[in-house]
Amino acid sequence: MGEQSGLPGFGRAEGDFSRVDVHRLVQALQGVLPAASVLHDPEDLRPYECDGMAALRQMPLVVVLPETEAQVVAILKICAGQGVPVVARGAGTGLSGGAQPHRFGVVLSLARLRRIIAIDAHARRAVVQPGVRNLAISEAAAPHGLYYAPDPSSQIACTIGGNVAENSGGVHCLKYGLTIHNLLKVRGVTINGDIVEFGSLGLDAPGYDLLPLVTGSEGMLAVVTEVTVKLTPKPQLAQCVLAAFDDVVKAGDAVARIIAAGIIPAGLEMMDQPATAAVEEFVHAGYPLDAKAILLCESDGTPEEVSEEIGRVRALLEEAGATEVRVSRDEAERLRFWAGRKAAFPAAGRISPDYYCMDGTIPRKRLGEMLQAIQAMEKKYAMRCINVFHAGDGNLHPLILFDANKPGDQHTAEAFGAEILELSVALGGTITGEHGVGIEKINQMCSQFATSEIAAFHRIKAAFDPAGLLNPGKAIPTLNRCAEYGRERMGASRPAAHPDLPRF
Amino acid sequence: MQTHLADFIRDTPEGREAEEILRKCVHCGFCTATCPTYQLLGDELDGPRGRIYLIKQVLEGQPATEKTRLHLDRCLTCRACESTCPSGVEYGRLADIGRHEVEKQVPRQGADRLMREALKGVVPRSGVFGTALGLGRLFKPLLPRVLAGKILQGPAAGHWPAPKHSRRMIALAGCVQPAMRPSINAATARVLDLLGISLVEQASAGCCGAVRFHLHDQEGGRDDARRNIDAWWPEIAAGRVEAIVVTASGCGVQVKDYGHLLKDDPAYASKAVRVAALTRDPAEVVAAEAAALHAVLARRRARASEQRIAVHAPCSLQHGQKIRGVVEGLLGAAGYVLTPVADGHLCCGSAGTYSLLQPGLSRQLRDNKLAALGAGAPERIVSANIGCIEHLSGAATVPVLHWIELIDEKITNLA
Repeated sequence: MGEQSGLPGFGRAEGDFSRVDVHRLVQALQGVLPAASVLHDPEDLRPYECDGMAALRQMPLVVVLPETEAQVVAILKICAGQGVPVVARGAGTGLSGGAQPHRFGVVLSLARLRRIIAIDAHARRAVVQPGVRNLAISEAAAPHGLYYAPDPSSQIACTIGGNVAENSGGVHCLKYGLTIHNLLKVRGVTINGDIVEFGSLGLDAPGYDLLPLVTGSEGMLAVVTEVTVKLTPKPQLAQCVLAAFDDVVKAGDAVARIIAAGIIPAGLEMMDQPATAAVEEFVHAGYPLDAKAILLCESDGTPEEVSEEIGRVRALLEEAGATEVRVSRDEAERLRFWAGRKAAFPAAGRISPDYYCMDGTIPRKRLGEMLQAIQAMEKKYAMRCINVFHAGDGNLHPLILFDANKPGDQHTAEAFGAEILELSVALGGTITGEHGVGIEKINQMCSQFATSEIAAFHRIKAAFDPAGLLNPGKAIPTLNRCAEYGRERMGASRPAAHPDLPRF
Repeated sequence: MQTHLADFIRDTPEGREAEEILRKCVHCGFCTATCPTYQLLGDELDGPRGRIYLIKQVLEGQPATEKTRLHLDRCLTCRACESTCPSGVEYGRLADIGRHEVEKQVPRQGADRLMREALKGVVPRSGVFGTALGLGRLFKPLLPRVLAGKILQGPAAGHWPAPKHSRRMIALAGCVQPAMRPSINAATARVLDLLGISLVEQASAGCCGAVRFHLHDQEGGRDDARRNIDAWWPEIAAGRVEAIVVTASGCGVQVKDYGHLLKDDPAYASKAVRVAALTRDPAEVVAAEAAALHAVLARRRARASEQRIAVHAPCSLQHGQKIRGVVEGLLGAAGYVLTPVADGHLCCGSAGTYSLLQPGLSRQLRDNKLAALGAGAPERIVSANIGCIEHLSGAATVPVLHWIELIDEKITNLA
């Protein structure tokens, strides 16, 4: 318990911001922004009540739409001065509720900071504002034969600022890394309005390397206002292998074989039969609909490298029992193979009014075990679950299908999801691979980390934001929350997560 | 998405349709990426996902104000969002329902109302519009800029071949096109004539109904549809025509929707479905006769010269009718060199009466579009919709035509 001394108040309990004076706040914000850029009527606020995680909603007090970094600084100074929580928001495509508004807070939209400031083709880097879309960076770099490698499924819409906040991945991160591996520098503003830069244009710099700390910090430490990303040369050739399996466990085994053979594909993805059926209707990729699972395995590089690797992958897939193996014949076909995978989440909207997307990561060798457990959970909760995942790095995205209009359905879906996440931890994995914790997985953080670790996280937060105003209640649970969560689960076979905290 | 539609609409046909559409939306936000106004304005409320939310609020019983109406007014109804949406949300239909409800709650006042009434009264009536356009051409120097930019002198129609083939199709004359660009339907008639099809117009048909329908006169729009069906029906019933060709893709998307518009009208429902099923864009008709076209082109090829052309695919063609790449393929086959055009999915800002009602946004979109079209230094620009053609012509430095006129140039002018 000793290490908890000096813990900021919000580390123990949620902050109380109920005394925020909305009239005074709006007046001050209108002093630094045009009136049309300060939204405060419920009619205007409602569409901002959630991000891509639509099941978790909360109306904010105010939404602000700055266009410059100077306006961001001014907004943060006002909020710091009046003790108002601030939730930064990019495109609102996040899947863990990271941009869910705070009841007594301001939503700070960075969508209008959308300028590509510079592309340096020789140094292979781009300087962009946070509201620039992920795909727009690659489009702007394309004339130079370069692209920005991380490609979340939402890359058409999601912004680079949000990618930094969540340390987003994507189907190609197996070979090219997550957001953090493709960043040089991040410029941001602290809650006090100070401009800070993390990282440098070189590979190393004196002092602590704080870039990895701010990357994936979910808007808890600073508001990103400029990002310098690395650009990657476009490979001469990329080809994608599509393999069909009559059994999901066999498909999981094929993944393990490819990795064990020392191959690092540019992407290695799996979809089960219901997921394949849902997306096929939209993309017409020609996916085999009778397969229990399909694997997509991409190889890129020089034509010689690709041809050699595709040959090895094909042999391994056939050994693992693939019923069909297809290799993309041209770029259009390769993009079609991927289009279905990238549209998989929203395409679930075609077969179900709502879905709950999970993001657990497990050791690759336990994929089959996890899939079987999920099948059992489908029976237990009487709810369907379709599976899409970054098989190459063991990152699962089970999509639990439910109907929010049916009483109790959402609660059941959440319980189903929680069980998947807890099993991920039990199998030696984690509760998030790339979507962040947000508000969605905040309770499971209590299973993932010990009290002392969570207390350490709060002390880091306090070093940047002592009043706890940036995105309060997200990413790192309070110790009281963990105690409460542990109490809820008491009586289950597992021991309580924090036996040292008093129960109420 | 969770829905709780209010009593006033829940059990109506509109309410049921809206609910079905809303429940498909999973709030992923992909649509914001290809929405022209979200890309310009950067506000959730000016993108499809936010507008869906605004409409949902109204249908769930929250009162609407001018603000919701403004965000819906700013929507071009280009339906790029529908092309992007992986969940199959029919945004355009939902927007129709939402706008109708909001207009009822927040009626127009003053100049806004007068402008809309004038547009509803003038544009759909070919004769009145033609007279107004003639007067406008005379008095162009005296008109406000927003209107003056719309008034241009189109090329002459040229010869219309007499019907001689057993294969016949009806062309929709439309409302503004005969006055502004009579050359388009005439060129289509000449091209089809060479392909063995006679194109005829029915004098009693007129505006497709889109203008009135999208200016909150949905019943007036339906009346236009009924009048056109009546005009065409004798020929259709007698089996004398195999298709209805609509050379303006903005009108084509409306006529193809007649089945949906009149589904609750027992007298017209089944006729409307039949008319909609017979309706074709000229791109579909010509592409279906590709073999005949290639034979004609082969005979003319000796006299062909390469020309650089930029294609602007109208939203009503690519997102509304979902016809993509067909025009480009036909022009390529005819020996034109197509220049690359970035962001081809984005609207040019014409969007029916939008260019008159939202002139600021419309001009920004037009300028962006012309910059993208001009990047490859084309000699001419082509499109497939009279609205886009006139709108772009207002500021383009090269001629803007309907693509069928280029095919016509290649194969018929020399005949």
